[in-house]
Amino acid sequence: MQSLEPYLAEHPFLKGMDRRHIELLVGCASNVRFDEGQYIFREGDESNQFYFIRHGKLALEIFCPHKGGIVVHTRTAGDVLGWSWLLPPHLRHFDCRAVDLTRAIALDGTCLREKCEQDHELGYEIMRRFAHLMESELLELRLQLLDIYGKNH
Amino acid sequence: MEKPKPKLGDQMVISRSKFGTLFTSLQKAGYSIIGPTVSNEAIVYQELSSCEELPQGWTDRREPGTYRLEKRDDQALFGFNVGPHSPKKYLFPPEHVFWTAQRKESGYEVYEDKSELPRYAFVGLRACEVNAVLLQDKVFTSGEHVDQHYQKLRDASLIVAANCTQADGTCFCVSMGTGPKAEKGFDLALTEVLDGEQHYFVVEVGSKRGAAVLGGVSFRRAKPKELKLAEEACDRAAGQMGRTLETDGLKDILQSNPDSVHWDKVAKRCLSCGNCTMVCPTCFCTTVVDRTDLKGTSCERIRRWDSCFTNEFSYINGGSVRQSTKSRYRQWMMHKLANWIDQFGTMGCVGCGRCITWCPVGIDITQEAAAIREREGDQASIGKVKEDEHAVT
Amino acid sequence: MEKTTNITAAVDSESCGTMVPRPFIIEKIRKNTADTFTIELKAVDGGDLKFLPGQFNMLYVYGVGEIPISISGDPARPNTQVHTTRVVGNVTRALRRLEAGDTVGVRGPFGTAWPIKEAEGNDIILIAGGIGLAPLRPAIYHILEKRRKYGKAILLYGTRTPADILYIKQLEQWRSRFDFEVDVTVDRDVEGWAGFVGVVTTLIPKAPFDPLNTIALTCGPEVMMRFTVMALQQRGVPTRNIYVSMERNMKCGAGLCGHCQMGPKFVCKDGPVFTYESLKDLFNKREI
Repeated sequence: MQSLEPYLAEHPFLKGMDRRHIELLVGCASNVRFDEGQYIFREGDESNQFYFIRHGKLALEIFCPHKGGIVVHTRTAGDVLGWSWLLPPHLRHFDCRAVDLTRAIALDGTCLREKCEQDHELGYEIMRRFAHLMESELLELRLQLLDIYGKNH
Repeated sequence: MEKPKPKLGDQMVISRSKFGTLFTSLQKAGYSIIGPTVSNEAIVYQELSSCEELPQGWTDRREPGTYRLEKRDDQALFGFNVGPHSPKKYLFPPEHVFWTAQRKESGYEVYEDKSELPRYAFVGLRACEVNAVLLQDKVFTSGEHVDQHYQKLRDASLIVAANCTQADGTCFCVSMGTGPKAEKGFDLALTEVLDGEQHYFVVEVGSKRGAAVLGGVSFRRAKPKELKLAEEACDRAAGQMGRTLETDGLKDILQSNPDSVHWDKVAKRCLSCGNCTMVCPTCFCTTVVDRTDLKGTSCERIRRWDSCFTNEFSYINGGSVRQSTKSRYRQWMMHKLANWIDQFGTMGCVGCGRCITWCPVGIDITQEAAAIREREGDQASIGKVKEDEHAVT
Repeated sequence: MEKTTNITAAVDSESCGTMVPRPFIIEKIRKNTADTFTIELKAVDGGDLKFLPGQFNMLYVYGVGEIPISISGDPARPNTQVHTTRVVGNVTRALRRLEAGDTVGVRGPFGTAWPIKEAEGNDIILIAGGIGLAPLRPAIYHILEKRRKYGKAILLYGTRTPADILYIKQLEQWRSRFDFEVDVTVDRDVEGWAGFVGVVTTLIPKAPFDPLNTIALTCGPEVMMRFTVMALQQRGVPTRNIYVSMERNMKCGAGLCGHCQMGPKFVCKDGPVFTYESLKDLFNKREI
């Protein structure tokens, strides 16, 4: 089986990360595949993975009665999805559905959390990268809230 | 004595008693004469039929937010400064009908008024006003799209300037290089001289058209003493400027400080009434409105003077770009003293002082510019000194 | 009073100088989305009105008023003027109520164009937000017509909801071409939308273009353009290669009425298309 290391080492999310740390990540990583329409997790599930999407598209949804799943945002190849594994209580806040056939690398949360506890330098690197991800997603959300294409813009 | 034929640059003398011949010559040439006259306690521009309607023996006293007429102790015809009107009232009328339209069974038909436009002779324009006309020429006729109505009126018009022999509290043409003596843009330029019993006008020929008008006027060659007195009268006015505007580097100071807190300070006083834009001889903004009859069978499309101080001026997609008074005052002043340079090569202010005089709260553009220079200009130079110090150490 | 309908009908580019509009007949008028519609106009005199992608016309509705609207038709078909607009004010509301066969007045075209010539030999990315797709469409027609003159061609289009997507059939056609990448994203999903959800700027980091050899054209609400420019700069696109299309109140279209000033710029004649480089000192200034 081909190692996941080259992919992770070159991923923008992990850019500049120490080789030693990449190797620790590889130890927690596995290839996953989701069929079109498949739900990967549901709101309230235990959150124990995050994903480097290699191919396809994932949608985060909130279920509304009478309306079904409302997509709040979508993630595609090159994106990282999922941060609730990082923070207690490690529960999913959304439903996640594969819009198309999707391939990804899943990082095991329990495994990675343990390694972060043992190696705080790794923990800092991971936390710093997720902080950046959260910041850009928050910016995106704020722009969405502006409803800029509405009448008064 | 054979009458000399006036040439470009010649200086003649018209005596007060013969001054009426200037009016008759202009009328004979088919001009409608527009000149200053006293009306409603102000010196305003109106169509005149005789030189006796000029504000003989009157002067005006102007201060920030103040304008008063006073009697002079002589019979000068042009012994005042400037009133609220300017030639733009005629060349660029406050309201102009672009065209009218009639609804037809299918669509509508458009009619344009092609009747002949008046030929105006402006008598008594101040140097600042002549320069204001030149600035508006640039705005309306120098670009890719020309305001044809303006161009036609302007091409047919004639300017008889009256150099200032006095200045008052809100004048600052010397700072702007636009007066008190008209240097260009006129067909004829008068300087009124009252010397004891003598009352005459030294007239300078500025164009062939001016020379032609002079052909019908009773004049004689000017004596050296008369020229000297006229010169001195203009110099006297230059020394009476009530205000100064330091223009050096002002453009950069203003343009690099759109967020200066000083704009907030002006905004606290500014009523956003737009008076300054209405009296300004160079302000050129207009809006267009449609006027229809009740049945909608005919309509007119009308251009009207507009002001950047209104909320609607920058209205777009459900809101105005310039919501605050601060941003509107800034737009007006920044345009006059800075952006105009980028757009048309010179500042858009001629130092006539009308905006100061007619501001209900007496906001003074020269003071506001100086205040921003003091606050921001100094900071900029302090910054530079610091950089230099760094460079040395 | 002299009747001038015929006079104005005889002129083309000179019509810019006059304030008298040229009469056009509405050929088609159709709803695009809940608040947008498209009209197709033909000159009563049957003549062309040549324009460049990015320019706008002043459209006059009898007795109501006149407004600037970007041209969204194909520059290769100057015998039809196509305008897509949103119902926001009196004039657009009145325009929306007109029917095929009705007359509207047209003055134009006015303003600067998208740099489609300058972009030749480069990748070209078009980023549209909401109704901002309309002024970009003439550029898209041109690029697809001369497709081989460009490197990669990409359209990123963000809108409010799937129901607000303009030109949806055309977008599908374009997307089915192999030489034009079209990505559409919506701010909010309401009806089982299979596309992207998120703001248009999130599509920029991954779009397949070469930042140093790309011309970027963007049109949309100012907030969207500000963040788009930031995202393009983060990708390394030089500011001189980023173009924006601005919108301001306009009464004349000819640089005479003063309304559209943005600092020293007249949006009607110096714009509406500007290089970001030339606007960068004004772009983030409040209430300019």
